[in-house]
This record gives sequence, structure tokens and C-alpha cells, in this order.
Amino acid sequence: MKNKVLRGIDASPGIAMGKAYVHKKEKLYPKLIKNRTKEEELAVFYKALNDTKIELQEILSKSKEMGKKLSSIIEAQILSLNDPMFIHTIEEKITSGKNVSIAIYDFIQEMKINFENINDHYLKERFFDIQDVAMRVLSKVEGETNNSIKLNEPSIIVAHNLTPTETATLPVKNVLAFATEIGGKNSHTAIIAKALGIPAVVGIKNLLEEIDTGDEVIVDGMRGIVIVNADEDTKRTYEKRKSEYESYEKEMIASSLLPSTTMDGKLYDITANIEFPVEIESAKRNGAKGIGLYRTEFIFFMKNQLPDEETQFNIYKNAVEFFNPNPVIIRTLDIGGDKILKWEYLEEHNPFLGWRGIRFTLDRSEIMLTQFKAILRAGAKGNVKIMLPMVSNIDEVIKAKDLLEEAKKLLKKEGKEFKEDIEMGIMVEVPSVAILGDIFAKNVDFFSIGSNDLTQYTLAVDRGNEKVSYIYDHLDPSVLKLVKMAVDAAHSNGIWVGVCGELASDLLAIPLLVGLKVDEFSVSPSLIPQVKNIVRGITFDESVIITENALCMESSKKVREYLKDELLKRFPNLKNFFMEVER
Amino acid sequence: MFSKELVIKNSLGIHARPASLIVKALSNFKSNVTIEKDGIEVNAKSIMGILMLACEKGSKIIVKADGVDEKEAVLKVEEIVENKFYEE
Repeated sequence: MKNKVLRGIDASPGIAMGKAYVHKKEKLYPKLIKNRTKEEELAVFYKALNDTKIELQEILSKSKEMGKKLSSIIEAQILSLNDPMFIHTIEEKITSGKNVSIAIYDFIQEMKINFENINDHYLKERFFDIQDVAMRVLSKVEGETNNSIKLNEPSIIVAHNLTPTETATLPVKNVLAFATEIGGKNSHTAIIAKALGIPAVVGIKNLLEEIDTGDEVIVDGMRGIVIVNADEDTKRTYEKRKSEYESYEKEMIASSLLPSTTMDGKLYDITANIEFPVEIESAKRNGAKGIGLYRTEFIFFMKNQLPDEETQFNIYKNAVEFFNPNPVIIRTLDIGGDKILKWEYLEEHNPFLGWRGIRFTLDRSEIMLTQFKAILRAGAKGNVKIMLPMVSNIDEVIKAKDLLEEAKKLLKKEGKEFKEDIEMGIMVEVPSVAILGDIFAKNVDFFSIGSNDLTQYTLAVDRGNEKVSYIYDHLDPSVLKLVKMAVDAAHSNGIWVGVCGELASDLLAIPLLVGLKVDEFSVSPSLIPQVKNIVRGITFDESVIITENALCMESSKKVREYLKDELLKRFPNLKNFFMEVER
Repeated sequence: MFSKELVIKNSLGIHARPASLIVKALSNFKSNVTIEKDGIEVNAKSIMGILMLACEKGSKIIVKADGVDEKEAVLKVEEIVENKFYEE
């Protein structure tokens, strides 16, 4: 089949095209039992331990360039080879008559059962480190010299998952990109790919069933897609996009420190939307002037319990110190709708209209109080602002402010250092807030327009529902009018306003946001250079006219066509950027 | 026999690097040292054993040692745990 498109999670940006190298793990079965005495079996085991140690030491010296995290895991693996529990268990099994291969295989199975009961995701993953080292010993026993990935030509690595030693022994020069079945934005693969500056897409279901070694593959790390056996048209388009991305990247390095100013001298702040701590570095590298939206849900999903103040404080502090003096805007817990804490699961008929965002955290005020305390304390380390999600009426703002004062009182009592005059703003994502913008603007320090939910609520469309998702478009004139109302209300009350939804990452919308005088655009880290590029290539005056015209149009389709024409007039080389790959 | 109860304070818990720190430090001690958590006791000189305990932040462990340098061994583990494995 031509043009098979597989979707996953965008873990590292960039575009790669090339032949796939599918890394299949051998099944965990020991080979046929050889005729050896117990003493001979033991000798084979000790020799295998020793050979593995030599091999891992070599890997360790190579792994240093891939970062401390990886090398510390390999050091721990070397230590495991002297592990008395491991050695004694194998010795006992051999003494009781088992063949060494079966003894190691049994040991891995036993460890697997022990680790299955662990709740902590991070610690549970350590099983793979142990399995990795035990498998290495097993392969030495079986006489296999090396199970590392060998590449004869530049290739795209396709795997279920990559172990630390596999990652560390990669022939880096020949690796074009990664595509894996499991993993998220902060998996090993994502971290290594970012460190190496190559694209990666992770979390692609049934990937290994769809690709064979030698298949022509395209990895698009910006969109999180992998295309197998692309047709000539798609290939040509991607070749162009690839070279464009590469020249963008060069431009980015050259211009990432330049201010995002229009040709007629108006300055707009471009900040980053992030979800995980690992993203702060790429955000800064791409030229973000701070974090416009730091989602905090991940902290609450890390473990099966609520995170304490100290845990949250440390996470916030790291980002704040890293970006100081630029701001880090932390959004309070925004669950409900599509994501809800497992232990608070509630059946709702209309989750998107239900118990979510600030509605949830005001009811469970101890959660919000702890989060406020942690953010206030991080405020003492730099420039922090608080952002409240899913606000729909003014009472919620007043209650949250009371809670913030209570948090300050508690911190004073506890003698902890914190920032007294912290800015607190709200997301504008429920139409009521845009409509009554004046009232809200008098009570908060800033607005940040969450265009995704604002679009869903304005057009009454669930973008996750395939039957109706075609209605969803943040360029719909109704949405744009609400954005304008929010911006005008903010400015007439002397507060600043940002956009943190996908509207700010949509290159077509940039002239609109400039023309509407939105002060801050918060976008995905990988798109910052492109958004900056547009801002720097247009004038404020022409953007005002474009905005006026767009706001008079009758449908999102017309707005989209109009904006595309206007943008391509100024940036003809963006043509390929707008080509969509169909499912 | 000498023993002490300790609380894990670093945010990621005892993952690979902290476990290796304990194992490396104890390799110089002659005593038998164990770590117990939730009724499961493992050899403190075994990195795999320690990882199996899944000591996350806030968990309580009992460190026991038996031998000529039992007290020093337990205090060494305490020092490492109290300093959050020199991570934070």
C-alpha cells in the first residue's frame, strides 16, 4: 500500500527520509540444553559475566557523550554483574541441575513478577534495565558475540522500544531518526533524540507490523507521523519540507536570540507551551522568551497519589531558575474533560461541560492550596505567574484569590520564602469570559486565550468526535470575534493578553494575532522559530488590515483561504508547509 | 546487630543511580547488611534486590547490619539517604 500514515507522539522535531532498520527483539527462550556438568555450567556462567562486564565497560566509555542519565544506568548495570542476589540465584539453580541458560531465563521471569506489583511508573521501568543486563549475559552464554544495532547505511531505527545499552551503542552517525511503539515525550528515546538533534516519533501502535527492514520511511517529528512507502508526490513534498526545515533550523540558530519584532518595529513576546520538564531546554534553545503555559497535570499523574508541596516546588523552581528573568506561567491543575485522576474517577454525561479545571480544584481546595503554596515559593526564585483554567464566572476568580491569600498566610506562618505580589491571570476558554471581558479584566492581572477549548465551546463541537470534527476550526469568524473582545477588554483595563492555544501555533493566524495586538504568543517549542519568522516578515499596519478583512468574513473556510493567500504572497517558500497529509 | 529506620526523601526514589551508590558504599564493609520495606527484606549489597523494593519518595525502610562494622555500615547508608543520594 502506498502512503501508509502512522500516527504517534512527536518526541523530537525534524524530518528524516530513508530506509527503515527494524530492530526486532529475539524471543526470551533459552536454546537447547548442551551436555555439560554442573561445574562446566558454572564456569560458562562466570565467563559470561566477565565478558559482559568488559563489553559494558566499553559501552560506558562510549555512552558518556549521550549524557549523565544514560551513563549512570549503564554503571548500575555493570554493578549488577557483581550482584550477590543475581549470582547466588543462578548458582543455586545450576547446582539443582538446571542448565545455565534456563537458570538466567527463570531469573528474568521471577524478577518480572516481582516488578509487576510496583505502582511507581519510574521505578517499575527499572525492570527493563535488569532484563537488559541479564539478556546480555544470556547472549554471552549462548555464544552470540554482540546484539547491538549495526547499520551499514544511514537508517531510520524502528523498534518496539530501545534499551539503555542499545541506545548507548547505536552507530549514531548512521541514525537518521527513531520510531518506536512505546514511550512518551520524556522517554529514553525522546531524550536521546533531542540530545542528538534528530527527529523521533514514539508511541505508534502496531508499528512493527506495518514496517519491514528496507522499507522507505518518512519520519515527521513535528507532526508526530511516520509515512511508509510514500508515493512520488508525497516524497517530493517532504524533500522540500526537509530542506526547508533544515534551513529553518540554521536560521533559527542564527536568529533565535533576535527579538520578534515586526518590520515596522512592534515587539511581540513569543513563549513556549510545555508539558514536561525535559522540554524547557528545547524551548530556550528555540528562542522562547519564557514559558507561556506550563501544564502541571503530569505531576499529578506521575504517581497514584497527590504530589506534595515539596515535589511541586522543586519542579516549578527548576523551570523558573532556568528562565529567569523571563516569566514562567504555571497553570493550575486542569483535569476533567478527557483526563481525570484515576482515584477520583466520575462518570459524567458531558465531561467537557462538567467537573473540570478550576471547578474541580475549588471543590478540592486542599489540592489548589498546596499547588498555590508551591508556586508562590517558586516565585521567590524568579519570575512566576499563576494561570487559572476553565474559569466561567467571576465568583471562581474571587474564591481562587481568597485561597491564594490563605496560601500566603500559611507560608508566612511556616516561615518559608515566597513571592508576595505574584501575578494571577485566567485562561479565556469559555465564551462567557470573552463576552464579559471587562468584568474579568478588572479582577485579574492577565488573560491567556485558550483557543482550543474556546473553539469547542463556541462551535459546540467535540474535536475528538470524527463525525463532527470538521466543524472545529479556530479560524471561525465567531471564535476570532471572541478573541478580539477578550483582547480589547484586557487592553482597555490595562492588562496584557496572550494566546496559548493552537491558534498561536497556526502560522496562518500570526498576522491576525499581530493585528489584534495580542501581547504574547505561547506556542509549541518546535514551532517558535517559524512563528518568529512570520512576525519578523510582516508589518503591524498591514496585519491590522488583514485582521479587519478576516473578521468580516462569513466562514472559517473563507478566512483560511484568504489568510493563506496573504501569507504566501509574503512567504512563497511556505507553500509546502501547508500541504496536509491525509489519513 | 544494629538497625535504623530511614525515610526516602529524594523525589525519584531509589532508582538505578541511588541503588548503585548504596551498593558501592557497602562493598567496603564486612557486615551482612539488609534493607527491609513492607516486610520484604533484601541484601543491601544487591542492586537488583534494592530496586525490587521500589522505594519511592516517602517510603520507610529499615537498614540492618550484622558483623564487625555493623554500626558504621548502617550509618553510611543513613548518610547517603539523608543527603538525598546527592541528587538534589
